[in-house]
Amino acid sequence: MQEILQYLFSGLTNGAIYAVIALGFSILFNATELINFAHGEFVMLGALCLVTLWSGLHLPLPLALLLSAAAVGGVGFLFQRLAIHPVRKPDHIVLVIITVGASIFFRGLGMLLWGKDAFAVPSFTRKASVEVAGAVLTSQSLVIIGTVGVLALVLHFFFRRTLTGKAMEACAISRRAAWLTGIPAQGMVLLAFVLSAVIGGLGGLIIAPITMCSYDMGTVLGLKGFCAAMLGGLGSLWGAVLGGLLLGVLESLSVGLINSGLKDATAFLLLLMILYVRPSGLLGNRSVQRF
Amino acid sequence: MSGIRRKPGVCGMVMAVILGFLVVSPGDAPAAEVYKVGGIFSITGPASFLGDPEKKSMEMAVEAINARGGVDGRMLEAVIYDSEADPTKAVNAVNKLIHKDGVIAIVGPSNTPPSLAVLTYAERAGIPLISCAAGIGITQPVKPWVFKTAQSDVLAVAAIYQDMQREGLRRIGILTVANAFGESGAQQLKAQAAQHGIEIALAESFGAQDTDMTAQLTKLRSQNPDALVCWGTNPGPAVVAKNARQMNLGMPLYQSHGVASPKFIELAGEAAEGLRLPAGKILVADLLSADDPQKAVLQDYIRSYAARYQQPASGFGGYAFDAVHLLAKALEGSGGDKQKIRQSLEQIRGHVGVSGVFNFSATEHNGLGAEAFVMVKIEKGKWALIP
Amino acid sequence: MVRPSLHNLVPYAFFVVLVGSAGLWVDNPYYFQILSMIGIHALLALALNLLMGYAGQISLGHAAFYGIGAYASALLSARYGLSPWLALPCAMLAAGLVALVVGYPTLKLSGYYLGMGTLGIGMIVFIVFREWSSVTGGASGFVGIPPLGLGGRALLDVRSYYFLVWAVVLLALCGSQRLIRSRVGRALRSIHDSEAAARAVGIPTSRLKLQVFVLSAVMSAVAGFLYAHMVGFISPDTFSFIVSVKLVTMVVIGGMASIWGALLGAALLTLLPEVLHAFAEFEMVVYGLILMTVMIFLPQGLTRGILDIYALRRRQSERAARPAD
Repeated sequence: MQEILQYLFSGLTNGAIYAVIALGFSILFNATELINFAHGEFVMLGALCLVTLWSGLHLPLPLALLLSAAAVGGVGFLFQRLAIHPVRKPDHIVLVIITVGASIFFRGLGMLLWGKDAFAVPSFTRKASVEVAGAVLTSQSLVIIGTVGVLALVLHFFFRRTLTGKAMEACAISRRAAWLTGIPAQGMVLLAFVLSAVIGGLGGLIIAPITMCSYDMGTVLGLKGFCAAMLGGLGSLWGAVLGGLLLGVLESLSVGLINSGLKDATAFLLLLMILYVRPSGLLGNRSVQRF
Repeated sequence: MSGIRRKPGVCGMVMAVILGFLVVSPGDAPAAEVYKVGGIFSITGPASFLGDPEKKSMEMAVEAINARGGVDGRMLEAVIYDSEADPTKAVNAVNKLIHKDGVIAIVGPSNTPPSLAVLTYAERAGIPLISCAAGIGITQPVKPWVFKTAQSDVLAVAAIYQDMQREGLRRIGILTVANAFGESGAQQLKAQAAQHGIEIALAESFGAQDTDMTAQLTKLRSQNPDALVCWGTNPGPAVVAKNARQMNLGMPLYQSHGVASPKFIELAGEAAEGLRLPAGKILVADLLSADDPQKAVLQDYIRSYAARYQQPASGFGGYAFDAVHLLAKALEGSGGDKQKIRQSLEQIRGHVGVSGVFNFSATEHNGLGAEAFVMVKIEKGKWALIP
Repeated sequence: MVRPSLHNLVPYAFFVVLVGSAGLWVDNPYYFQILSMIGIHALLALALNLLMGYAGQISLGHAAFYGIGAYASALLSARYGLSPWLALPCAMLAAGLVALVVGYPTLKLSGYYLGMGTLGIGMIVFIVFREWSSVTGGASGFVGIPPLGLGGRALLDVRSYYFLVWAVVLLALCGSQRLIRSRVGRALRSIHDSEAAARAVGIPTSRLKLQVFVLSAVMSAVAGFLYAHMVGFISPDTFSFIVSVKLVTMVVIGGMASIWGALLGAALLTLLPEVLHAFAEFEMVVYGLILMTVMIFLPQGLTRGILDIYALRRRQSERAARPAD
């Protein structure tokens, strides 16, 4: 029992990370119907910026967090302006390949700026960990899980209650129609990019203390986040959160109950099964653009 | 169908790109005065922690040899390519080195799969290859042209098990990274357990980029082993150490020589306290007794590496450093004849290197003995020798 | 059926002459190695192009079939002593069967979900290669794959291997071309344009998609066979997710729905890293930049893009020539 609880804690921690990354995918998809394969690299950039600003320059933590998130947002802005916006005939697959190129570019840039070695970042809080019925939950795990909850609520509020959010949602439904009603569709796309990058960076910030940060950390995280977003249903906010948590818990339970070598295989197998039953994810309902 | 007429143009373009590459690529005009030595290292990619210091060490060793007049009055020239730990890239690189650059010998690759992929090419072409990878399959069974300088996992496992016997630990759990390095470690841990009277309660693995290993540790703890062995390369083992500390695992944790670099202590921080691992003597060079044959070589390597690159030296670069010096020794009097180089490599005895004392023979192409490893533990953020 | 006209044969003749003369002119084994590698990648890109370019179904897991071909052939020939030439049909069959079994449910997905599904399959197959170490040799790889033999002697000679690889590519090119120009090909393209419309006019879309998926997997398995027996060693990393993405990139950068484009994409992405060696630490940055730049400025892929530029130039020069008349 104590073990199961520990597996759950571990799964929720990992799952919350996947959820944050999945949220970034979903928001971007919502406004642009685009999957950004460089999203994992935003996570990496966030984490490594924090390394520089907090561990390197010893800025106060809140300031370092804010600046890092802003920096990644800036990168997202430039990325949209310089690489996505200029494409003349925006075919989905072309944009996807551009993001693949961008992910290689960002990884190379990360390697040049921060070197090839990994970095460790201390925990945000003093308190080391709490114990629940014999199972340990680190304080950073609580920070991560808390962040996901808050983030999801804020985004929910943003899309349901604010004009900008609704405008963005309108762009997602039909960019042309939204544009006709006077919504600056281009601006919304840009905003979605920046928002998604900031959320990716945020993912990097909160996981920095529990893992090691290096230029090549983004690929696997991006991949897992993508899976989580698909599992939950692309474009669905709560789907992303659910998908992430589910993927994390599935992974950690398959370590505990089956075999750690087959961890990813088990998770992917279940994911496929779910997709076969629900071809647009758990909470997704819109049919998705084809290539 | 209007495009059909233009198809020859497109097809021609394809070929033009390819032929252009063949023509543009700088031709090989081998200068007779130098010995060209090839290097294939994982300079970037997931194994850059190996390849980067290896490349730097190779360049440093070549400079040092040239500074003292080269070999038989001829200078060495290093031609180094990046394999990114990818077997296909390594195969391309080995072909380029052999057939285009015309090297007389090759150092590397850094990892086991690329080494296994290229060794048939070295065998076919008759070029001495000194691999820097740990896998035992590279030199066993012995292949005439293939040598290696990195300590095999066999020795590392033996060192760990001997330490466990001294400590009276019998039942262990193992946690290995899911790649070639971890797999080879797990195989050796299982193979040698019985002869050291050790029982493996449970074997688990983790992904090289995983962010949290609590689940694996929980499962291992449920078996109540006396100790845990974690086998991997940075950063995974540092996460394992951190998680173990957070969970108050309360049992000795052994690591492999894959983390034997100052970087590991920096990554794992407080969680590194008390960890034990087998390591090349380079980590504890200053603690070695004055009569240790390697002490002078090690201190010299550490000093010159730090001076040249403003970075602390690790044992990983030592693999390439040793390979170049072994090669230079074998080159003497060979006149660049590859068969002669191969034969003199096989005859090298008592070569004192960074990784250990090498004794090659026709049946032993790794040449390191058990004394290549010492057991160290981490005390107050420093390496300490376990007697 | 399209009647074979001279026009259709010209590019092939051109291709044969170029491949042949390159094979006779080049004599450095390194170039043969690279050219053979391009051929193998071209075969993979052609296979994926049938699926992506013509049927409009993305696959982010095609390296799995490449790997199944390589591992099946390696196992049968190295462990069970079967002649590689007998192992080849078995490898093709294995990849085809796997494609049939996983393709049936997966191809019901569409768009990004299909990408996700195929990605999942690729990951699972990769993990099987890595974890089933008693059979596949695990992460350390599979050693001792015998070289191919022809007429009783081993095909160790790189030149002969080069010709073998490109002969297979030629075969695949002709085959693809025939398929595309046939009824089936037109039906496939109609799926690409609109699956619903295709179904409405009575095209059995599900069956067609599955058939082309299986065909594509079988072609990839042949590429795996060629790779395994050329290098003599395989390990899971050669068939990872990254490789699947690289294959998609080859198809898109060359130009989707163009068989010559697949060839161009494969050639470019195989050569680029070799040329970019010179950039050392900057290699990744430059590679990423090139990829992005090509896609930004030639979103239709290189073949179409360059033809467009060519057409534009011609129009411009015609316009420029007119006042002079």
